[in-house]
Amino acid sequence: MARIDLVDLAHSYGGNDAAPESFALKPVTMTWRQGGAYALLGPSGCGKTTLLNLISGIVTPSRGQILFDGADITPLSTQKRNIAQVFQFPVIYDTMTVGQNLAFPLKNRGVPKAEIDARVKQIADLLDLTPHLDRKATRLTADAKQKISLGRGLVRSDVAAILFDEPLTVIDPELKWQLRSKLKALHRDLDLTMIYVTHDQTEALTFADTVVVMHDGRVVQSGTPAELFDKPAHTFVGYFIGSPGMNIVPAEVRGREARISGHPIALNRSYDKLPPGAKIEVGVRPEFVDVAAPAPGLLSANIDRIDDLGRVRFARVRIGDAKFAARVPPGFSVSGETAGLVFNPSHVHVYADSRLVEGTA
Amino acid sequence: MDKTINQKAWFLVLPVFLVVAFSAILPLMTVVNYSMQDTFGNNQFFWNGVGWFKELLDPSTDLGGRFLASLGRNLLFSVIILAIEVPLGIVVALSMPRDGWSVAACLVILALPLLIPWNVVGTIWQIFGRPDIGLLGYTLNSLGINYNYVSNEFDAWATVIVMDVWHWTSLVALLCYAGLKSIPDAYYQAAQIDGASRWAVFTAIQLPKMNRVLLIAVLLRFMDSFMIYTEPFVVTGGGPGNSTTFVSIELVKIALGQFDLGKAAALSLVYNLIILIVCWVFYTVMTNAGAERPVKQGAE
Repeated sequence: MARIDLVDLAHSYGGNDAAPESFALKPVTMTWRQGGAYALLGPSGCGKTTLLNLISGIVTPSRGQILFDGADITPLSTQKRNIAQVFQFPVIYDTMTVGQNLAFPLKNRGVPKAEIDARVKQIADLLDLTPHLDRKATRLTADAKQKISLGRGLVRSDVAAILFDEPLTVIDPELKWQLRSKLKALHRDLDLTMIYVTHDQTEALTFADTVVVMHDGRVVQSGTPAELFDKPAHTFVGYFIGSPGMNIVPAEVRGREARISGHPIALNRSYDKLPPGAKIEVGVRPEFVDVAAPAPGLLSANIDRIDDLGRVRFARVRIGDAKFAARVPPGFSVSGETAGLVFNPSHVHVYADSRLVEGTA
Repeated sequence: MDKTINQKAWFLVLPVFLVVAFSAILPLMTVVNYSMQDTFGNNQFFWNGVGWFKELLDPSTDLGGRFLASLGRNLLFSVIILAIEVPLGIVVALSMPRDGWSVAACLVILALPLLIPWNVVGTIWQIFGRPDIGLLGYTLNSLGINYNYVSNEFDAWATVIVMDVWHWTSLVALLCYAGLKSIPDAYYQAAQIDGASRWAVFTAIQLPKMNRVLLIAVLLRFMDSFMIYTEPFVVTGGGPGNSTTFVSIELVKIALGQFDLGKAAALSLVYNLIILIVCWVFYTVMTNAGAERPVKQGAE
């Protein structure tokens, strides 16, 4: 159990001399608090697995330090760090029974037999593996195998953190949900730090209290699911989280007014000191833009189609060439090919070079 | 689904059947025919029934004695080379690099002995081991070790075994290497995280994952060494005395040396049968090892 600090941590598979832009993980400094449930969310190739492997010690960082409770463990091997990791595909020791598989990490560390037995029994109970303890592990289904992998991570009582690398990829959707609830319950019971890598936003948002979004080797935002939704710090976060993602359109912003295709939109805050020369965009979630009948004061858009998601309908529209999504208010029936857009000013954000700009009140 | 009845398919099988009949069944039947007869040359044959087979299995007769002795030597030879080549091959495979340019270099070097024809291997070692001009033989004798594979039984065996190990360990190593390469990295990473020692990684991951290729390696090496002919024949000619006369060497002596076609035919049939049985045993073991056997009920 420990707090994990990353200090200026960076990694390049091409060695330390590689160009900074080619680093798989660009320098990051952050803290993972003891007992937190974290999700590392991002598309394939964004560096999330690299970050995980750096923490577990499978990969040695090109730069920076990793601290467990303030102690530098960067040079330590995986065996010497108190880390458990569950991989994307179940790893099972073929010749062993389920029980022997679960006992393996403890046996390797010379834990007394009585203690091993007690711990294995406890973990098997938690994971509903007790009936299978004496069976050969190879004969089980994929989800049971993944539970064993999970069990091997949980069986050590002293781990600083458990890392999950997209552990539910091979699991059927229904069981996925069960296992995820199980993980969540285990997290509550065992008070362990868990870091969960995934590219699935639902998985991340349901599992974690803190979601760390990565993009192109950088941590672009870390926050609660609500923060990520309400105030994306980066256009990528806005676009990646939410379905449909955030609308991001180029705009001219002056003071409390943004102009999209020349049409003024009111803003809640004032943006006077935007960096000169930066690419200025306005971002607003489809949930906060309503479609209305075309009217002179409204930004008008061409309707492409309406997506009916059951609870809510979204109109896919076009402003000039830019694609845009907006909510269709209940009871509103769309007629004609154009519509007006009504913005909710408190949810319109301004981005300079993809980063959120805080306005002044 | 209804099966369409189409007897024309037989015409497609027919050419294969004819070729197999011509190349395998007819020659085999000829051998069966010879094994029941005795010949005194001059193309004269006499019916002998199962006489040769009885003699073959009776150690008190000349034929049976020679056959069983060579069979014993052959089995001993196979066991020894398996006991050396399999562990050695595993060690070689484990110590090979996992990636980089050196992999290609290692593979080429390992493949070299496999590319050399049997009789050339025999000739190489025949010269290599000669006490007068061979590098190995001369060096050993200069060091005060009295080594002569022509006159000393132990030396002859040692030479034949070392030659086979030199020739075929690569095969076991390459097969094991292929087995090792197929293990996903996650296994090694998981083992690291589980704190496994090098030995535990070997016994818990590498050996079980290699188990199928190892069975293939054992099968190939057993069959090959059980049928060995050329290399020992070139090096020792089966000597000194009969000490390195393996079954196939004995067979050729009887068939071509003495022109006892009946005895030779009977011997080759029994030889063939042994090989078939061993193959079948290996095949059964291999398919069972790979199959997921049904789990006993009541475990739930």
